[in-house]
Amino acid sequence: MDHFAPLTATLGGALIGLAATILWVVNGRLAGVSTIAGNSLPLRRGDTLWRLLFLAGLPLGAWLGVVFGPRLFSEIPASLPAVGLGPIGLVSAGLLVGIGTRLANGCTSGHGICGLPRFSPRSFVAVGTFMASAAVTVFIMRHVL
Amino acid sequence: MNRTPLALSTALLSGTVFGAGLAVARMVDPAKVKDFLDIAAITSGGWDPSLAFVMGGGAFVFFVGFRLHRLFRRPLAAPAFSHPDRARLDLPLIAGSVLFGIGWGAAGFCPGPAIANLALAPGGAVLFVGAMLAGSWLAGALRGISVSRPAIPSADTPRA
Repeated sequence: MDHFAPLTATLGGALIGLAATILWVVNGRLAGVSTIAGNSLPLRRGDTLWRLLFLAGLPLGAWLGVVFGPRLFSEIPASLPAVGLGPIGLVSAGLLVGIGTRLANGCTSGHGICGLPRFSPRSFVAVGTFMASAAVTVFIMRHVL
Repeated sequence: MNRTPLALSTALLSGTVFGAGLAVARMVDPAKVKDFLDIAAITSGGWDPSLAFVMGGGAFVFFVGFRLHRLFRRPLAAPAFSHPDRARLDLPLIAGSVLFGIGWGAAGFCPGPAIANLALAPGGAVLFVGAMLAGSWLAGALRGISVSRPAIPSADTPRA
């Protein structure tokens, strides 16, 4: 448990749950990032701008979190994250994530944060499946290849 | 119907709080995500269970937050709550989740942290997010051809 940070992990998770609650109570929408992003095109009058604003908030909030988070909690590293993959790897992985989340109608936020507490059977199956598939992938990349 | 100032500002606020949560939980760091997914490290040491606490914390809050819809006839700035209408456990759900997991494990990016990283590690994030959107639209277009969509919109989600 080198970098285990239970306090800020739980707090960050709670902020994500709060974000999902705000969007649900005010806009009546579930905060599933892959679905909000995937349905931002084709442009539909009255259905696109809120998606783009939500998506624009993600980097804005992350930037605020990286700037102010480490000042509030010593658990949070002040460094910027590093992308540990080359261009071909990033594009391949991005394609898989885009195709996969579209077919499954959700990702870690839609099926995980939003779907599990709704007790959606589809979300339980999705989370179990992508967790297992991701763990196998990491095992192969870190310990086999 | 999502064009009112309240709906639009709420979308931006929600995304911003979401992104801040990702940064506070350090889920914007692909290495930290992979340290959770690396289950071999459970026995050999160095495993990082943080991601489970992120998902647990988020699901706990939304367990309450989701149920607030029972207190309101409709959302504060929309005509109706958009409940997902799918219930079947089908092949696209399983196959899609397998593909998503491979990409997630390989890069350490799922959609939220990838988009959030446009502000933190823009070079890599732009490539990943561009490919992700292309993949999503490709899969959506292919599925739109192979599966006929219902002609009548669900009663749950009236269109403006």
